[in-house]
Amino acid sequence: MTTLDLSSAPDATTPGDAVLSFTDLEVTFGTEFGDVHAVKGISLEVRPGEVVALVGESGSGKSVTSTTALGLLPGNARVSGRVQVGDQVVGDLDPAGLRKMRGNDIAMVFQEPMTALNPVLTIGDQLTEALQLHGIAFGKQAMARAAELLDMVGIPEPERRLKQYPHELSGGQRQRVVIAMAISCDPKVIIADEPTTALDVTVQADILDLLRSLKDKLDTGILLITHNMGVVADMADRVAVMFKGDLVETGSAAQVLTDPQHDYTKRLLKAVPHLGEGRGQDDAAVARSVETERADAETPALELDQLVIEYHRLGKPPFRAVDDVSFTVGAGEIVGLVGESGSGKSTIAKCALGLIPARSGSVRILGEDFGAMRKKQLKDLRRRIGVVFQDPAASINPRFPVGEAINEPLAVHKIGDAASRQKRVMELLDAVELPRSYYNRYPHELSGGQRQRVSIARALTLEPELMVADEPTSALDVSVQAAVLEMFLDLQSEFGFACLFVSHDLAVIDMLAHQVVVMQEGRIVEKGTRDRVLRSPQEEYTKRLLAAAPVPDPTEQKERREERHRLLAEWGDEVSEIRLREGA
Amino acid sequence: MTDLKNPPAEEKSYSQGQLVRMRFFRHKGAIISMAVMALVILVAFTSIGIGPIPGWWDKVPELQYPKIGDGAPSWEHPFGQDTGGKDYFALVMLGTQKSLIIAFGVGIISTVIGTLVGALAGYFRGWVEAVLMRMTDLLLVIPLLVLAAVLGKMASSWGIWGLTLMLGLVTWTGLARLVRGEVLSLREREFVVAAYAVGTSSSRTIFKHILPNAIGTIIVSATLAISAAILLETALSFLGYGVQAPDTSLGLLIQQYQTAFTTRPWLFWWPGLMILAIALSVNFIGDGLRDAFDPRQNRTKA
Repeated sequence: MTTLDLSSAPDATTPGDAVLSFTDLEVTFGTEFGDVHAVKGISLEVRPGEVVALVGESGSGKSVTSTTALGLLPGNARVSGRVQVGDQVVGDLDPAGLRKMRGNDIAMVFQEPMTALNPVLTIGDQLTEALQLHGIAFGKQAMARAAELLDMVGIPEPERRLKQYPHELSGGQRQRVVIAMAISCDPKVIIADEPTTALDVTVQADILDLLRSLKDKLDTGILLITHNMGVVADMADRVAVMFKGDLVETGSAAQVLTDPQHDYTKRLLKAVPHLGEGRGQDDAAVARSVETERADAETPALELDQLVIEYHRLGKPPFRAVDDVSFTVGAGEIVGLVGESGSGKSTIAKCALGLIPARSGSVRILGEDFGAMRKKQLKDLRRRIGVVFQDPAASINPRFPVGEAINEPLAVHKIGDAASRQKRVMELLDAVELPRSYYNRYPHELSGGQRQRVSIARALTLEPELMVADEPTSALDVSVQAAVLEMFLDLQSEFGFACLFVSHDLAVIDMLAHQVVVMQEGRIVEKGTRDRVLRSPQEEYTKRLLAAAPVPDPTEQKERREERHRLLAEWGDEVSEIRLREGA
Repeated sequence: MTDLKNPPAEEKSYSQGQLVRMRFFRHKGAIISMAVMALVILVAFTSIGIGPIPGWWDKVPELQYPKIGDGAPSWEHPFGQDTGGKDYFALVMLGTQKSLIIAFGVGIISTVIGTLVGALAGYFRGWVEAVLMRMTDLLLVIPLLVLAAVLGKMASSWGIWGLTLMLGLVTWTGLARLVRGEVLSLREREFVVAAYAVGTSSSRTIFKHILPNAIGTIIVSATLAISAAILLETALSFLGYGVQAPDTSLGLLIQQYQTAFTTRPWLFWWPGLMILAIALSVNFIGDGLRDAFDPRQNRTKA
């Protein structure tokens, strides 16, 4: 535990104290279409026991910046400026020196724990590898140390876990293993690149607790890269905001989050959906509109009754993904379906699209019993359902220009002639606020937000009565997400479609939904109006979810965190933190 | 709204096809090979003409000319003369024509069959896949040369077209497996699910949504199938199971004059050189296409 000797005084300002510092860093990538200036001269430092959050949208250069610290940029990158880890200058090191530095002085926690771990090696092999490479411990000693590390990050039965493979662990546990690997050589600084983005919100809160105890107890410096302002508020001491390769604002977390100076930071913060401030649906109006819709439309858009969906598995009993679920989406109503991964929410969405059959129970889409339909009727029914998927990059055919992609539903159902179709596509481009000139562009030329607009336009082409949106904004940046959600709400009031909106983000649901259905492990935990479920939840699980969602305000988040810890204590759960052994 | 305020409008936009073309034209080996290939095709078809249309070369492959010396290459006969005095340039060009027709014919037939079988098997799964893929396996377990020899002999009465058809019917198996794999992964992609959710029919989904995205694999395999076909035809003709006299082909020429290898080596070298040139350039073009369609495979450096 050598880092414990280092000064952790918060007012230490001399550059020598910094465990990681960037000075005038510039990175340029040479590509076949000219140079891309990814990082344009930034200076930043991380001191021991400090969490510096590097915030920015995708493409702002935050990951590139952190990768320079490990010397891991691809061959077409040109780096100028000075990157210093401890007292070593990264640019001056030879490959052997770099290898020695990685792991020993600086370690990395990756976004996706499943891909950061090698699936064919046991946890034990992977944990001991770093120890043996850096000559810290060998053989039995290394295994003992690995078990100790797993115990530190709060994984029960560490000796048994060492013999397991990554797929046998849950997502949260895998991320704990990755953190254990990162701290195995006792680095001075850890780079955490979106460490919780791939995790569920309750798991995210646990991992953040763990990382926080890491800096408190081991005095490690952490460079936290994230786009989630809630995570920043929860973790960071200082915040650096990046925009298109430039550092536009730095300061303490409280200052940047509550009193931003730069326009971009202000815009970014304004775009973050804030749980408890759902602004999209004013409750009285919701009640009214739902009443009137109910009156003039007798048949609900989607009616699930005791739905059971099972997946067949070879040689094993079938997996019950959805168990006895009943709820209704009224005409013109947005129902938010919330749950963590594996709760069966996407399965329900697929079933509502008629893509997977129900094992038992009934699915009535727009008043028609889905189970009893013929192929021809199905095609007619599909005309009346629109769908938006999570990943806009994957859900638009890369070989179709934008116009043709939006036009596709018209072509499939043979509606209108070429001229009227083109007119309709132009109208839709206007509706989703894309320039008409995008008609002939290809999806890969568009940004993520623009692509999602295209897929919303495609879903609207046939003026559906029911829209199924499966996490439509989770792959987008916050500011883009805000704009897309805003537009989605406008379109909904304009076209009046009913919507089943699947999301894991309570704040997004809060902004959109009339009704909320909370799911856990294939069952409904709680359902009701948005106000009842999100403001005064009755069930423990809903409370857990709400308590774990971070908000982008450090003081409020601190209160929420303490409240969550109190709730956890009440439920008899532990707060995750690094457990140091006696004498360590 | 940042996504709207900064649209990538200033940048010139390229479609995927254009990107592929740009990458392809930067592949030097492929471009040189294209030129060689074009030259071979041009000379082979214009020199002695096709069927009734005469070419610019003043000698014909059927006639025997007075021998100049021992028939070694001369100004009069640049490729030399064979034992009976025939102009060897005209003969080799005729053989090249036939070999090219066979190669491209086989390439097209096997690509069409392979793509269809692979796409249907991958898209429909279930019993369709079982039947089609077992059929593929059946063809794969019989040595290709033996199968092609037997079928080629059976179809020899239809001339080179029969041989082309038969070779096409036995060489599609590799491509079918590749396409099936590609389709299996593509059909799970969200844009295919999205197409399906709109109510798109199966044939439209396959031909408009899935196959265009597998075009890289298909084109690359098609090129390699052409070069494989040239070699297969040569081997068969050499063994006497392929093209039969009075038709000729590069393989048949080598077979006919194999005894002259030591005494009149040019009778062996010219057709061999043509085979080499065609097979090599087709392979290089395939390489260039593969790099262009999938730039991740190599050229990480700018």
